[in-house]
Amino acid sequence: MAEKKIRVLIAKPGLDGHDRGAKVICRALRDAGMEVIYTGLRRTPEEIVNSAVQEDADVIGLSILSGAHLVLFPKIMKLLQVNKASDILVIAGGIIPEKDIPKIKKIGIAQVFLPGTSMQEIVRWIEQRLGKGSN
Amino acid sequence: MQRSFNYWKKAVYNRNQAETCAGKRDHTTISGKRIKELYTPLDLASFDYQKNLGFPGRYPFTRGVHPTMYRGRLWTMRQFSGFGTAEDTNKRYKYLLSHGQTGLSVAFHLPTLMGIDSDNPLAEGEIGNCGVAIDSLADMEVLFKGIPLDKITTSMTINPPAAVLWAMYIAVAEKQGVSSRVISGTIQNDILKEYIAQKTFIFPPQPSMKLIVDTFEYGAKEVPRWNTISISGYHIREAGATAAQELAFTLRDGIEYVEWALKRGLKIDSFAPRLSFFFNAHNDFFEEIAKYRAARRIWADTMKNRFKAKDQRSWWLRFHTQTSGASLMAQQPYNNIIRVAIQALAAVLGGTQSLHTNSLDETYALPSEEAVTIALRTQQIIAYESGVANTIDPLAGSYFVEKLTGEMEDEAKDYIQRIDNMGGMVKAIELGFPQREIADSAYWYQKAVDQKEKIIVGVNAFEKEHEPIPYLHIDEGVASHQLARLARVKKTRNRSDVRNRLSDLKKAARNDENLMPFILSCVRSYATLGEICDALKEIYGEYQEPITY
Repeated sequence: MAEKKIRVLIAKPGLDGHDRGAKVICRALRDAGMEVIYTGLRRTPEEIVNSAVQEDADVIGLSILSGAHLVLFPKIMKLLQVNKASDILVIAGGIIPEKDIPKIKKIGIAQVFLPGTSMQEIVRWIEQRLGKGSN
Repeated sequence: MQRSFNYWKKAVYNRNQAETCAGKRDHTTISGKRIKELYTPLDLASFDYQKNLGFPGRYPFTRGVHPTMYRGRLWTMRQFSGFGTAEDTNKRYKYLLSHGQTGLSVAFHLPTLMGIDSDNPLAEGEIGNCGVAIDSLADMEVLFKGIPLDKITTSMTINPPAAVLWAMYIAVAEKQGVSSRVISGTIQNDILKEYIAQKTFIFPPQPSMKLIVDTFEYGAKEVPRWNTISISGYHIREAGATAAQELAFTLRDGIEYVEWALKRGLKIDSFAPRLSFFFNAHNDFFEEIAKYRAARRIWADTMKNRFKAKDQRSWWLRFHTQTSGASLMAQQPYNNIIRVAIQALAAVLGGTQSLHTNSLDETYALPSEEAVTIALRTQQIIAYESGVANTIDPLAGSYFVEKLTGEMEDEAKDYIQRIDNMGGMVKAIELGFPQREIADSAYWYQKAVDQKEKIIVGVNAFEKEHEPIPYLHIDEGVASHQLARLARVKKTRNRSDVRNRLSDLKKAARNDENLMPFILSCVRSYATLGEICDALKEIYGEYQEPITY
């Protein structure tokens, strides 16, 4: 039986338009055999969570470079709870001070990838975490 | 000579290389361009000094737009800066000016860049984070308090709402008793690169281009010392373009603006001298220098021959440079100081008119005062200690640099031709052409880094744990302070006056008049940025980007 592909929603909350990283990651995950849905820019927490539920995503990747992560991430996590979708694995990347990382992990975001992280590392991390394609 | 070169290559170089270079090393530029082992006069067979270079301040300006270049005056050291409230940023400006900075450059927070007020729900979490919060003339008055606008030049990085922020600046100058004919500076006002790369857009392309031509027309009459646009390759490069793509798309954007202004009926020499450019300074030293030199040559040729400009100042490509933000790394962040120094040196050797050097901590947050001081000192060391500013265009005549400059020119002209064939840049953007080219380059580069074909020190080689560095923290009080001032402005202004002026603006937009006088009128009544942009959205609608990756 063919293994079900991992479905990833790459989302851009916040007002910034820096989508280079998000787009590169979209391609890398797709090339690694995952199903990728990209939300486009400036999505509200409500829009992101609705898309994730509708698209039956296994993973949400949040890319933000505006500095609003400590306001927007908790809203997204809260909305996932409300929608009984807390089983979705949430990861984040962008311009995020190291000092904020413990706060972000505390609200349930599984990992934060900072600039300089390789695409392979992110692919491997997702695969291992979801217990697929690890060999 | 060809014979002796062939002998050297075969009998000397190849043999030695086989002995000494056991491991495979990459010999391409950061853009993936192959570089040869040696450049000789053979590479410059068709090179003609007068035709290809000329003298500084003379056509085709390859060696610089000014006859004296840095011997006459150093480049302007202009650090892009803005955070928190107008009070916070005003303090930082005074600090930078007191430390030898010679021009201001305003970074606005994201809500301002997107034309929305701080009390808009979308602004939550963004107030004062990526720049200074400006909602109305009241904020702008605080931002420039105690800074004489007849003595200092100011650059403002603002795009879709550029006309509004420019109007606010003009209004602040008026209040200081300074005429709009005296003030000088730049508004970025480059919407094409927003659709292509940076993605802060509001209106669709047609009305956006109309607003930009309005500023050209108004500036030529009323604000003659202002650069009404800064045609920007910076963001195109940051989004992942190669050096040649940055060059080509930027110059083709420039051509597009000129064509739209001519269509309005403006005379080429009335506005072209106020067009300015903005390029990136990335890691690959010689490739960057070649890019700047080629840029001047192509633009001079384009203005003289394609657009038949007569005024020499219309032929000048004057440019600002910023070192590459995307080249900075979170790992071992102090290494970023070295990257910035090399990039800044390339910009200076390429003949930039002004320069921003990035701070070492910018992969984490906006720069701290200490980090921004090191960045400014980097420029001062290049200017005063390195000796590179003693003579004009010191790398001219290098076989390698001249060959690379010529190749960069050919590659860019090829792209420009392709975009001409598509019907221009607005058409090319609608087709997704530049966006796709850039996304392809970005992905190619990231793969090369992942596979260690491209080495980034501290990231995929020479890795080491580092201690966290201190960085600037935006105080939570900023948002409440800003919201309070906005509420105060809205309460104390003459409401019916604001309403009337906004409705005049809408009427003028419907009648396709030049909107600058109407925007200025709104601004003077303390209409907010968000109110003015909302009025224009009613008439023009909003741009929806096709989602691709």
